[in-house]
Amino acid sequence: MSDSSMTPSMRILGGRREWSRWRRDIPWLTPLLLAAPLLLYMAVFYAIPVVSMLLRSLNDPKWSLDHYAALPSDVVFLKVLWITLSTSFIVTLATLMLAYPVALALSRARSTAPLILIVVLLPFWTSVLVRTYAWMVLLGRHGMINEALMALGIIEQPLRLLNTTLATEIAMVHILLPYMILPIANALRQIDPSLALASSGLGATPWGTFRQVTFPLSMPGVAAGMLLVFVLALGFYITPAMVGGSRDITLSMLIAQEVDQLHWGYAATLSTLLLAVALGLVAIAQLLPGVGNTFRTSK
Amino acid sequence: MKEASGRSALPMGDGCLRGASVSLSDLERSYGGVAAVAGVSLDIQSGEFLTLLGPSGSGKTTTLMMIAGFQAPSKGDIAIDGVSVVDTPPYRRNIGMVFQNYALFPHLTVAENIAFPLKQRRVPKVERARLVAEALELMHLPGYGGRYPRQLSGGQQQRVAVARALVFKPRLLLMDEPLGALDKQLRENLQLEMRRLHAELGITFIYVTHDQEEALTMSDRIVVMNDGKVAQVGRPEDLYDRPCNRFVASFIGESNFLPAVVRGLENDMVVAECGGVLLRAATSQRLAIGAEITLATRPERLRFAEQLAESDAINRIAVTVTESVFAGERCRYLLKTENGAAMVLKEVSSATVRRRDVGDRVEIAWSVADTIIV
Repeated sequence: MSDSSMTPSMRILGGRREWSRWRRDIPWLTPLLLAAPLLLYMAVFYAIPVVSMLLRSLNDPKWSLDHYAALPSDVVFLKVLWITLSTSFIVTLATLMLAYPVALALSRARSTAPLILIVVLLPFWTSVLVRTYAWMVLLGRHGMINEALMALGIIEQPLRLLNTTLATEIAMVHILLPYMILPIANALRQIDPSLALASSGLGATPWGTFRQVTFPLSMPGVAAGMLLVFVLALGFYITPAMVGGSRDITLSMLIAQEVDQLHWGYAATLSTLLLAVALGLVAIAQLLPGVGNTFRTSK
Repeated sequence: MKEASGRSALPMGDGCLRGASVSLSDLERSYGGVAAVAGVSLDIQSGEFLTLLGPSGSGKTTTLMMIAGFQAPSKGDIAIDGVSVVDTPPYRRNIGMVFQNYALFPHLTVAENIAFPLKQRRVPKVERARLVAEALELMHLPGYGGRYPRQLSGGQQQRVAVARALVFKPRLLLMDEPLGALDKQLRENLQLEMRRLHAELGITFIYVTHDQEEALTMSDRIVVMNDGKVAQVGRPEDLYDRPCNRFVASFIGESNFLPAVVRGLENDMVVAECGGVLLRAATSQRLAIGAEITLATRPERLRFAEQLAESDAINRIAVTVTESVFAGERCRYLLKTENGAAMVLKEVSSATVRRRDVGDRVEIAWSVADTIIV
């Protein structure tokens, strides 16, 4: 049958038959097509910019590794890197301490769980900028905290809270809490409740059960939460810029500064480094026991 | 006695070990107004193998959870060796427990799982290692100490759970459907193993199951539970031969029920009429003439009547065969009496026994001693 003799409806039917044959012969075709719009979007607006940024660090103003070679002796960079890493680390630890009990409550709550979840997620629904301004109001020289402490007679002079490293850390912990609470609560919820009963029946006190059973089994969630919070903390810009001290410059602030001064190559180098640290951490976390498949339940 | 002399090497080998006695008085537990356990009183003897048997929702697991201390009774008391434990937290009750899904700690090896109760009791490390090795030996799992639970089969996990529940020498072991997840063959092997362990250790076992065959095979005594209450307590043969009500008669084994009216009483015997046929049954109850009762018989205790001589000790009734099923060792016949009651008769199959056909009108008979009033 020649092509010209086919009626339009025959052509459609033939097309359908061909399509189902393709689907059978190439099993990944359907998933690929479903993902295609997102893949295209990511390629244009993410992959290409990232690659061009990586290239900038190598070819601005000429092809060389000069930008990277200069970093180890760059005092400003080293100081900023140290501030960024140590702030992220402190924020991650503080977040963990505050998040774990909430996650525990969330995983055990029955009727109150939705309420706890709303409170936990509330920060998500407010912009970072608004929340940071809120902290400025609270921490300022004549902010609510200072006024309250002075009214109570605890202090006579207002404390310097705003524009300190502490202020940055407090505000960052607040913003990052949900990222720690949710993975941990999820890990806790997946623990078979009969394990805690078994532990208790075998003679472990409630604290013993937590230390020997619940906490170790929640490690995948703890690791995931810490990774997420640390990586997010590395890239914080608005919060440290607004509530942090004048000497507390983080990597993202430095990058912004360099971009302002049109030092594209140097800014790109710093950005690449930030990306590399984040990716490196994710890679290390994948290798850790407990994040992988060590803690599957026995069922 | 070979077994007994070998006992000293086993972890539970103290000669003085004696099972705990458990006494439940008027135990109740309700959830939001609905009673899961509604007034259970029981005395469990030291060293007894007692089974709580019942359908799901009968309150058997809730009763066990209250003995273990995982749930607090709403009312009533639990005493172990005469001492009330209602206010004792589970970790101070010193009771071994095997869960339905084994509840092995997935992040610990088999040896660490078994050592867990010893560690809580601050048993020194060297002693711990020795006891764990012995427990593995007892459960036929030597060499498995370094594996993780997920690397074991269901039957092996079950053995580890039992080893972990016994290694600290509790005097009472609770088991919540421990064989429920295993296949039939393995289940039967482990049933025998449980019996062996019970005989060797001499401690009290309280076992929960919904499988009546398992309960009959393993237990010294069975507590049949229904709707949060005890329906009947007794030795397996008592429950099978003398069920005290219709629920027990139909839950344990299969039963034929015939509605009848009391027509006469002679000594310990009641004569009742069922569709114009007079049937006899032994009873100690005082029944009034004209009272409506239900007579129960077991399908395997019925015979086709030509095999039996006429006698006062035998009940007879005319039936029609409505279905005939060959099931290997037995033939199973569905029958219908003249007044429409359905009955089942099981006959051991043999080349010498004539198969009955559907539509055959026959007379069946059974011993008066096998007739129960429920």
